[in-house]
Formats: sequence, structure tokens, C-alpha cells
Amino acid sequence: MSTTTVDHAHDHSHDHAHDHPHGFRRWLFATNHKDIGSLYLWFAFTMLLTGGVLALGIRSELFQPGLQLMQPEFFNQLTTMHGLIMVFGAIMPAFVGFANWMIPLQIGASDMAFARMNNFSFWLMPPAALLLAGSFWVPGGATAAGWTLYAPLSTQMGPGMDMAIFAVHIMGASSIMGSINIITTILNMRAPGMTLMKMPMFCWTWLITAYLLIAVMPVLAGAITMTLTDRHFGTSFFNAAGGGDPVMYQHIFWFFGHPEVYIMILPAFGIVSQIVPAFARKPLFGYASMVYATASIAILSFIVWAHHMFTTGMPVTAQLFFMYATMLISVPTGVKVFNWVATMWKGSMTFETPMLFAVGFIFVFTMGGFTGLILAVTPIDIQLQDTYYVVAHFHYVLVAGSLFSLFAGYYYWGPKWTGFMYNETRGKIHFWGSLITFNITFFPMHFLGLAGMPRRYADYPAQFTDWNVVATVGAFGFGLMQVYFILAVVIPSIRGGQPAAAKPWEGAEGLEWTVPSPAPFHTFEEPPVFK
Amino acid sequence: MRHAKRYKSFMLSAALLATGMPAWAVVDSQGGPAVRQLNLQTPATQIAEQIYSLHNLMLVICLAIFVAVFGVMFYSILKHRKSLGHKAATFHESTSVEIAWTVVPFIIVILMALPATKTVVAMKDTSNADITIKVTGMQWKWGYDYLKGEGEGISFLSTLATPRTQIGAPGVEPTEARGDNYLLEVDNQVVVPVNKKVRMITTANDVIHSWTIPAFGVKQDAIPGFVRDTWFKADKIGVYRGQCVELCGKEHAFMPIVVNVVSEDDYKKWVDVKKKEMAAKADDPAKVWTVDELKQRGEKVYAANCVACHQATGKGVPGAFAALDGSAVVNGEKGAQIGILLNGKNAMPAWKSTLSDTEIAAVITYTRNSWSNKAAENIVQPAEVLAARK
Repeated sequence: MSTTTVDHAHDHSHDHAHDHPHGFRRWLFATNHKDIGSLYLWFAFTMLLTGGVLALGIRSELFQPGLQLMQPEFFNQLTTMHGLIMVFGAIMPAFVGFANWMIPLQIGASDMAFARMNNFSFWLMPPAALLLAGSFWVPGGATAAGWTLYAPLSTQMGPGMDMAIFAVHIMGASSIMGSINIITTILNMRAPGMTLMKMPMFCWTWLITAYLLIAVMPVLAGAITMTLTDRHFGTSFFNAAGGGDPVMYQHIFWFFGHPEVYIMILPAFGIVSQIVPAFARKPLFGYASMVYATASIAILSFIVWAHHMFTTGMPVTAQLFFMYATMLISVPTGVKVFNWVATMWKGSMTFETPMLFAVGFIFVFTMGGFTGLILAVTPIDIQLQDTYYVVAHFHYVLVAGSLFSLFAGYYYWGPKWTGFMYNETRGKIHFWGSLITFNITFFPMHFLGLAGMPRRYADYPAQFTDWNVVATVGAFGFGLMQVYFILAVVIPSIRGGQPAAAKPWEGAEGLEWTVPSPAPFHTFEEPPVFK
Repeated sequence: MRHAKRYKSFMLSAALLATGMPAWAVVDSQGGPAVRQLNLQTPATQIAEQIYSLHNLMLVICLAIFVAVFGVMFYSILKHRKSLGHKAATFHESTSVEIAWTVVPFIIVILMALPATKTVVAMKDTSNADITIKVTGMQWKWGYDYLKGEGEGISFLSTLATPRTQIGAPGVEPTEARGDNYLLEVDNQVVVPVNKKVRMITTANDVIHSWTIPAFGVKQDAIPGFVRDTWFKADKIGVYRGQCVELCGKEHAFMPIVVNVVSEDDYKKWVDVKKKEMAAKADDPAKVWTVDELKQRGEKVYAANCVACHQATGKGVPGAFAALDGSAVVNGEKGAQIGILLNGKNAMPAWKSTLSDTEIAAVITYTRNSWSNKAAENIVQPAEVLAARK
């Protein structure tokens, strides 16, 4: 016991001697959860802009019928890479960045459990991003098989496909390491007195998300490894001529892919569940049921995957099973929305930017939830599968859902990170601008989908022109709002501004507000006592 | 409502035409989407009708819940503000409320799924079809084979009919005005009779494609190496249009599907015309061939149809199948041999319904010039076979 104390003391002097390493070493050899969190967030934002530029390329080509700017094969590369980059490069790493920053602060831990592995999981991301981005310049260009990389189309692709496979492998490894880190940290390093059922919702949702990641990332790795060996080593997993089955790829992919959807939304629920009580100045309604609802969503997410595949032609019993199972997911999701509304009810609300984004999230995400419910009905899904209705649906849950919650989280915790308050007016401009342009972009896609416009089309019948024009105009507006966000909100609030108090929000609760703003390099070296 | 919209867009395009606007003002596609269409396409089958009403039902229920939930939320947002001096309550749980809003949505989704169940079962019932058509997805066109029912044997490829001069390319302006059915038109339409159950069997040659006609409420992936099926029974005569809906490579947007639903009489006529067309395309019996051409073709026919009995050596199987090498019939007058091929004799089957005139002429010419045979009448033209059929 005594030796431990001595070591501990030694560690302290060591830490202080080298406090705040400077220059590239601070980032390359980073083991501090806050630095790694910032790295993740910068990386994610860079990828968000990259993926956004690809999306604007897509929207530009679709501004008018006919082929104006690019050949269809390049168009397909854009849709594919837009999806891969946004899912694996922007949304997922952004949530990991939030986890790194906030989980230790929220549970009163000094850092993440495995600091060096944390460094490794981040530094795996840039090479993966370079592989993805670089694949545009290899012969045949980037993979154009869609972000789902369906076989056997993926077998036809050039070396860009192999680069995408390796990139996804690397990002998968990074995600698994990140998840192990998060689970270990949450389960072992909570401050004394913080039982699991007293833990902040953001930690709960991330704990469940991390388990989902560990369960399904290896499944994706398996699917793309089989694609790789089909391509190069003569196997026939997905080749009917050799006894394989192309539909098996889809089963494996969506067994990953559906939980993946919840991986991208559960932490968003967590962020919103922190912000709504803070600005309603009232505790979260139904904390326990929120935890159970999150867990139910996670468990149900494993038995609904084939609702992505109704048109592959499965037996009637399978169609019915997946329809009913999918519709059931709307129950725990509904519970969450009801709880948020009940939290607001009879509160004492103010609407600073974090709250605006949180309310915007609830409002617009629910629209995506309803279109999801409509799509769960098998006959309607068969009618709408692979049309723009689906594109509208998943952008409502991924952009208005995940991305808006990330913005909400940034405005909420940003003062803790930078030590300065953002400019409230600019924050509100960013919110209203994003909300309006988002809806201009994606709402018309419901009409296009109902009318039958297929997705991943470089050119379309002229009857679809007008709504495509509207969507394109909206998309450019939405893109500009994000440039505004980085230039007018984020960078100024890093450089200076009104200093943030330790607890800048009147109604906010949690250990993260007990440390000064900006949070010092080392926090909770002595575990705090919780309640 | 629909008609009103149609009428409005018609008036709009008429007005544009009247004011001398160019003719490319977009009008509704016949059997495809309407301009700025907001809802599902007009159903042309019972199934599509059911999907249409299911969607309306879902939309109404979802809208009602949406208005109720967000009515409460926005009421709260307006009234329970700090700026209005509202003091926060402290309640934060209620088991009975929690149970209520778990159970009620549960019941609602079950009630939503029940009517859909009936439709799912109906959509999967491909039995007792009047006509069965196999559709094969290929990069980037569709192949159709009429397998069963009236029109059996018809087969053709169907490719995009919209010329590239309407589409344009990066840096190349389209030189031709776009038609009403831009990207929704094909060279060979699938023709089916009205009010008949048509079973579509889908498969693919290369990658996964997906066959759909929105107005029929039908969509089925075409998977290489596997067959799947779906069905429709169109209850209105007309042309219906769809497009490939599974990403299949660069020309994914350029392989539309067009189904022409016609009356039963028109369908019979179409089958006749199509069959004649196919026969004509197959071989022109009036064509005059040289000995070598016929020998070459005949060798293949022989290998495919005759070799099992008469053997590659032409010596047959003694006691069972006649030898052709040195045979009196083969080396004799050609009329007798044509007769045996057309009508058969003992173990020899009649070939008149399986082989074409050209094939029969070719295989006879082949036997007359092979092995040790050196017939005086060494060539038979398809026209002679055709004449002998009468």
C-alpha cells in the first residue's frame, strides 16, 4: 500500500515537470483525454467539410436534368465517398471526441483508462482518411459501389475499393479501441458515490453505444474482408457462380449497419438529455426509463436489420417479423421524446443556442422518426426502397439528429473547453440558418421519393427538376452555414471573448461544471465525492 | 384533386406554349411521374391501391401524433419561460405516466402493422399466374423472356430509347430538346394484357439490379445467380414507367422499365406480330446459301440434335439407329430425306416444330457432304424445306 502512495507522489512531480508539452509533441504523443478529444473534434470537422464538399458536388450535378458537370461514374464515387466520410469520418469520430472530453469530466475521473491506447485510436484515423481521400486519384478513382459497398458491384471496382476496405478496417479498429477505453473508464473510474443509476445520461448512452460498437464493428470487418478475398484471392463468398450468395453480404452488412445507425444517434440522445434539463431548470423526467429505453433500443437494433432488404425477396414470415420488430423500436424512441417534452413541461426555460439546437433536434429528429415508422411498414417500404424518400429519412435522423446534437453539445460544453463564451447572436444565426436550410434541402426529397425518383441517380426525368433545384439551393445554404459556424463562432471563441464561468449555465448540473473554465490540463487528480 | 393538379399543370404548359415559350416546357410523363408530384403515383393495381391507402393512413396517424406531441412542446415553450417569470416545477418521474406512454404507442404500432400484414401476404402470393415473364438485369439494360402463358417463347432486350443528344455530357450541351418521357422510354416495351396476373421472375447477369413499376406497387431486386419473383395485375390499360432502383454501376440511371398494359385482343395481336418478327429475325427462309455455309451451320445442328443417335461418325448404332454414312436416303433424291426430317419415321422424330427451315436444310446438306457421302443432289435450300412443309 505504501509503495503505491510513493509512486503516486512521484507521478505527480513527474506530471508537473512536463505539464503541457508543447509543439507537435503535445498532439502526436497526446495522452491527455482533453487533447485527444480536441484532436477528434478537429478531425471530425475537417471530414464534415470534406464530405460536405462532395455533397455539394452531387447537388450541383442534380441542379438540372442531363449531365453537366461530371460523368456518372464520378457521380457514383461522390455519393459513395460522401456516405463513407460522413459516417466513419465525421459523425462517429465527433461523438468519440465528445466522449473523450466529457466522460472523464462527468464521472470525475482524471483521464481515460488507457491513455496510450487512446492516442493510438485517434492516430489511426488520419491514415484512414488519407486512404479514403487518396483513392480518388488511383486508376478507376474511388469506390463507386455506394457506402453500403454491396457485392457483387464492389467486386467490379478498381484499387480505390481496396483502399476503402483498408480505411474502414483501420477506422473499425480505432472504434473498437475507443469503445474498450470508454467502457473501462465508465465502469471503473467513476467518482465515489456515483452509482451507475446516478451517472449523467451522456455517459449512459455512450456506455451502451460502446457495447454496440464492440459487437458490430467486427461484423463489418468480416463482411469487407470477405469482399477483399472475393476480389483478390479467388473466394466466392458473394459470387453465385462459385456457390456464394450476394444477398448474404447484405445480411452481414446490415447486421452491422442497423446497430450502426443507433451508434450514431444514442450519444445524441445523451447530449440532448443533458441540455434540456439544464435549460428547463428542472431535472430530467424519467431518468430510469431513459436508461431502459436506450438499452431497449440497443437490443432491438440487433433484430431489425433485414428491414433494409425487403426488396431482396425474403419469405413472407421474415418480412412480417422484421416489420413488427422495426415498428417496436418506435416505442422506446417515443418514450424518449415524451420524456424530453415532460422535462420541458412546467420548467423555467431559456433558449440559448444549446437549447435551440436541442429543441430543434427533438422537433426535426422526430420527423425523421416518423418517416422511419412509415418506412417500417413493409408494403410502403417496398414502394419507397431506394428512392429519395429514404435519402430524406436518413438525413433527417443523421443531420438533424446526430449533427444538430453535436452542435448543441458544442455550444453547451464549448465554454468549458475554450474558457470563452461564444457569441450568442452568431450562435442563433447558425441555428436558424442551419434549421431552415436543412429543411429546404431535405424536405422536398420526400416528394421526390414518393413520386418515384430513385436515389444514387446522376440524371433524372425532367418532371423531378423543380424539387431538385430547391434541394440544391438549400444544400449550398446549409454548407455556407457550417462555414459560418467555424469562422464566426468557433474560431473567435477560441481566440477570446467573454470569459466563461466555471458553470456558465444557471440550470446545468454535473461534475464537469465544478472545474474551472477552461478545464485545466489535469482535472480530478483527487477523485471528487459525488453527492 | 389529382385531376385539378393535372389540369393546372396542363394549363400552365398551355399558357407557356401560347406565349411562345420553347416546346421543352416539362409536362407530366404518361404513366410516370407528374411535374412537381407530391404523392405516390396513381395506382394501377390493387396492391398499389392498398399501399397508397396504407401510406395515407400512416401519414394521418403520424401527423396527428406529431401535432399532439409538439402542440404540448410548443405550448410549454411559449408559456413555461423564465422570461415570463415561470418558476420551474420539481417533478421528475411518474410511473403511471411512463407506463401509459409505453403501452399506448405499443398498441398504436400494432394497429398500424395489422392492415399492412394483409398486404404483405397478398404481395408475396405469386401462385396461379396467367403469364410468367423472366426479367434479367444486365449492365445496363433489361432482358425479358416470356416463359409461360400466352406469348410463351417471346424474348427481347429492352434498352434506353432517350438519345444521348438529349442527355448531353460534361462540357457538351444537349443538342436535342428533351421529350416528355426523358429517361423513362425504352426501345422494346414489355407488353402484358390487362386484368391478368403476371408473375415476374427476376435475376441478373452481373450485379444486383432492381425492377420496379411504381404505379403497380412492385419492386423486386434482380440478383445474379438467384431467382426471385413478384407479381402484378394491372387493372387499367396504359403505359407504365419505372427505373432501375439498385445501384448497378455507371449507367444506373439509364436503364428504365416500361410496361404497356393492353386489352386482351391487342395482346394477342402483339404476340402474333412479335412471334413473326422473332421468326423472321431468326432466319429468312428465302435466303440462298452456298454449300459451305450450310455445311458449317449444319454441323452445329447435327451436333446439337442428331449426334446422340446417328453418332459423330454418321454410322449410327446397328440395329437401333440408322447409319447416315453411305445411306441410300442421304445419297439419293433429296425430297425423301426432307420428308423424313419433317415428319419422322419409326424411331426418327419429326423435327418440323423444333427446327427451322434453315436448320433442316443445313443439317441435310451437312449429311450429304460428310463422311464418305458424295450425293449427286448435294445441297438443300431453306426454301425447298419451306415448300415441303405445305
